[in-house]
Amino acid sequence: MENLESLARESVEAVNQAADADSLERLRVLYLGKKGLVTEQLKLISTLDPEKRRSFGQAVNALKQELTETIRSRGENLAGQAIEARLEAERIDVTLPGRHATSGSWHPISRTIARMEDIFASLGFDSAEGPEIEDDFYNFEALNIPADHPARAMHDTFYVDDKSVLRTHTSPVQVRYMLEHKPPLQVIAPGRVYRCDSDMTHTPMFHQVEGLAVGEGITFGHLRGVLSYFLREFFETDLKVKFRPSYFPFTEPSAEVDISCVFCGGPGCRVCKHTGWIEILGCGMVHPEVFRHVGVDYEKYTGYAFGMGVERLTLLRYGVDDLRLFFDNDVSFLAQFQ
Amino acid sequence: MLISESWLKTWVRTAPGAEEIAASLTMAGLEVGSIEHFEPVSPLVVVGEIVKVEDHPKADKLRVCDVDIGRARPLSIVCGAPNARVGIKSAVAMIGAELPGKVKIAKTRIRDVVSSGMLCSSKELGIDDDGAGIMELDARAKKGASLNEHLGLEDNVLDVELTPNRGDCLSVAGIAREAAVLFGVPLSGPGFKPVKPATRTKFGVSIKVPEDCPRYAGRVIEGIDVNARTPDWIKERLRKCGLRPISLAVDITNYVMLEIGQPMHAFDLDRLSRGIIVRHARKGESLDLLDGSHVEIPAGTLIIADYRGPVALAGIMGGADSAIGAETTNIFLESACFRPGAVAGRARMLGMQTDASHRFERGVDPELQVTAIHRATELLVAAAGGKAGPFIDEAHPRELPKHADITLRRDRLRDMLGVNVPEREVIRILSRLDMNVRLLRKGWRVKAPSRRYDIQGEHDLIEEVARVYGYDRIPELPPRVEPAHRRQRESRRPLSQFANLLVDRGYREVITYSFVDPALQGQVEPGKSAIALRNPIASNMGVMRTSLWTGLLQTVGSNYRRQHRRLRLFETGHVFNVEQGERRESSRIGAILTGPIDRDAWQGERRMDFFDAKGDVEALLDASGCRGAFSFAAGKHPALHPGQCARISRSGRTVGWVGMLHPALQQSIDLDQPVYLFELDAEALRDSRVPSYSPVSRFPATTRDLSILVDDDVPAAKLRDTIAAAGGRLLVDLELFDIYQGTGVPEGQKSLSFTLTLQDSSRNLTDAEVEEGMRKILNSVEKKLGGKLRT
Repeated sequence: MENLESLARESVEAVNQAADADSLERLRVLYLGKKGLVTEQLKLISTLDPEKRRSFGQAVNALKQELTETIRSRGENLAGQAIEARLEAERIDVTLPGRHATSGSWHPISRTIARMEDIFASLGFDSAEGPEIEDDFYNFEALNIPADHPARAMHDTFYVDDKSVLRTHTSPVQVRYMLEHKPPLQVIAPGRVYRCDSDMTHTPMFHQVEGLAVGEGITFGHLRGVLSYFLREFFETDLKVKFRPSYFPFTEPSAEVDISCVFCGGPGCRVCKHTGWIEILGCGMVHPEVFRHVGVDYEKYTGYAFGMGVERLTLLRYGVDDLRLFFDNDVSFLAQFQ
Repeated sequence: MLISESWLKTWVRTAPGAEEIAASLTMAGLEVGSIEHFEPVSPLVVVGEIVKVEDHPKADKLRVCDVDIGRARPLSIVCGAPNARVGIKSAVAMIGAELPGKVKIAKTRIRDVVSSGMLCSSKELGIDDDGAGIMELDARAKKGASLNEHLGLEDNVLDVELTPNRGDCLSVAGIAREAAVLFGVPLSGPGFKPVKPATRTKFGVSIKVPEDCPRYAGRVIEGIDVNARTPDWIKERLRKCGLRPISLAVDITNYVMLEIGQPMHAFDLDRLSRGIIVRHARKGESLDLLDGSHVEIPAGTLIIADYRGPVALAGIMGGADSAIGAETTNIFLESACFRPGAVAGRARMLGMQTDASHRFERGVDPELQVTAIHRATELLVAAAGGKAGPFIDEAHPRELPKHADITLRRDRLRDMLGVNVPEREVIRILSRLDMNVRLLRKGWRVKAPSRRYDIQGEHDLIEEVARVYGYDRIPELPPRVEPAHRRQRESRRPLSQFANLLVDRGYREVITYSFVDPALQGQVEPGKSAIALRNPIASNMGVMRTSLWTGLLQTVGSNYRRQHRRLRLFETGHVFNVEQGERRESSRIGAILTGPIDRDAWQGERRMDFFDAKGDVEALLDASGCRGAFSFAAGKHPALHPGQCARISRSGRTVGWVGMLHPALQQSIDLDQPVYLFELDAEALRDSRVPSYSPVSRFPATTRDLSILVDDDVPAAKLRDTIAAAGGRLLVDLELFDIYQGTGVPEGQKSLSFTLTLQDSSRNLTDAEVEEGMRKILNSVEKKLGGKLRT
């Protein structure tokens, strides 16, 4: 029994001193392994007198239990320490920048076009494209602007040859689309357009989004509804929309659309030239002459068309004050549209 | 067009003020861009007559004038103006008057002579910039009257930005008619008094081309006073409308044009030979014009000629030889109607847009010519005396613009506008616009006045009704959502998907001009023919881009000069090429990258290299869903480094390039770090497929590593393709994990190591099958590329 007591003291002490998982395992084998010191004592039980057997047996089993528990808890302890040590060793400065940390950005003009496409898609408008070097026919003739029409003076046209121009508006896409699709149809056509004019408020290249809807029973009232809806969605505010009579050779009735100033809301400021209103787009009901050119029955169908300047919408939306910044492509400017 | 409020009010006396007129005109489609207020001068500036002039005793250039301002005693005023002379009436600023520039008039002594006021030039009064002498006013001006009252100085001038369809509004009368309709007020006129013929002098007019000139009215006026001046009130109205007074006859023809819209011309009768002939120019004719220029008249141009040759470009400008001069006493007035198309093209072709051509190309009322002649005669005779001859009116009624009756259907009006405009209102609107309206069962029969060239059909009437009714009274209808035509096919991916991928990979989108510098483009793609613009805005924007790289290089250059060193930019857009003599416009996606990979290089800086660019290209190809259709091969592109340039093909067709900017080009655009570029045909990327399912194998895959020795010049892609082809269906994945040269590898060779994954979709592969597969691969590699297993 004395042997047992010293074995118990010595073994528990040794386990608690174990420095790492390996030495703990060695101690387990030493005491509790098949030929371990405690295991050997267990084997002695059967050799003892019956009267000693009981108390010795209890003592040895108690030791085995105690030692098993001590090894387990020491093991847990050591594992915990090891993790602690690893955590300490692996500590980093998490405020250092990550790798490949940057994203690029869309050009603000594309961003605006994407938003416009989104809003019009929700109204069932398709999106179409057309060539930028355009035949005189599509850019002018088919839009009811014959060769000596005074409206041609409103378009400072870049010429490639006698019959080809850089398109002065996205309206020719209307014509192309109607030649390819039968009504009912709804489409917008975003893209680059060109006019030879360059100063503070004009760049020789800019962007337009053309819109066209043709079907039975389409009225000027629908045009008003669609554009008012679009403008309020685009500016995300309940602005006032005003339609004024105007003139475009390819629509009639024609209108210019003004919105209440998105900066001052009405009282007048520098942006709206103190009028409270900002001119935003032109539109109207498709002219019968245009329908005639594309073979649409203008007794059966009516339609509306509109065209808006993407730069203008973008300037107003983001408060940019100089048109030319858009084509300067300074990354300090572009980065603001992340 | 500039319209003076006070002039306008002589036609519509009861119309409201300028602001309100402007607002209503704007909302009816005649946009008033601005209103300019004309300030009055000090009320102490009055009309005075110089009754005595003496030399100043102590100054050579000064004179002492006695000026009668209608009071008991004349004022004594010292004046240095060269035109100060007895008998003229001028503007006198009395003591206490304040002139522009805070000049206050006080009794002063000028070299010992007392001056009790100042004789003023119009410049000194801030009226215009004529400072050559003191103002000379009408002989009939009332002495002592305030100048404001005499000239009607205080006024508002509306700038009406007329659209090209409203030629009928290019006059005070035209705007007045609109205002009368909008405000429902009566229209009065200035009250013309026709001048009866006082002589029998006629002048022959022969129209050879009635289709271009259906009407030519004229009149001879003889014996006008060469000293007669343009009355002050006419000068003042011209000035406010932006015209400079020139001479009596010219001022009056201009006045009539502004007043009623008929452009006129005054010839010196004595300089015309025998008669007027309206005809087309013949080849080789030329004319010296009023503005001092000389024009070779293109054959076929509508001209006014006499029996010697051209005397005017019809509807555009008169000739210098037959123009009114200081000695002219006999005048021939022209008031014609020219076909808009006969003037329009020509004016632009000759680069001469005049007030006359502006009106003729929009259409001048064919019934206005007679009125204009009467009005001009009246004004001319009143100002300069003279005897008018009989009225000449050469007209070809069959050629005059036709104004057919137009039917306006009630249903159509409602269907177009989406609102029911009441019957009464439709009739009221059209009648007030001087249209003749008759009621029909289904609508109205309408005849527009002759001046309304723009009213051609039912749609024009619908617009008239709508604009006067008021667009804002047409209710907004909710958008009608219709199923659109098939929007985007799944097998054609949107360009935005690829642009998005580049944005996600750190690229900024730029938008550069489609026309570029031919010199730079010539360096990027030397010898390639570009489409040139006939009228570029600047020579460095002279040709259409054949590649997106030209604009991207310029943009990198400008950003580099602004100290941006780490740049990843891309652009999508059209390029314009000539292929087999045909113009071809295609859509591309292009990018440029330069500088360090990361913004914060705290772990050591790595600069972008070829494989960064290629990696982005491969990501784009991956996103196309058709990666396998694309291949890379070493290629030659003039803008790229010959050793770092890959041609990208899709099914054998070149669809793009990736590489390092040629160092020579890099130097020439002043960049001191390597630049990488790529460009892809957008259609090749977008042309995709609809994914099609094939079963995923449930059987285990076997992997084998394979290191192969090949000659240095064997491209990795070729080795890879050979392995893939030989591996066939069982080889489901193939990854390159090492390239090695050095110890153990013979000189002139390299070792490439691949991990091969083999798998069958329907069963387990046996070791023997795997070994057989590997053997086939090695055989093929050896046979085709001379490659050997590295052991």
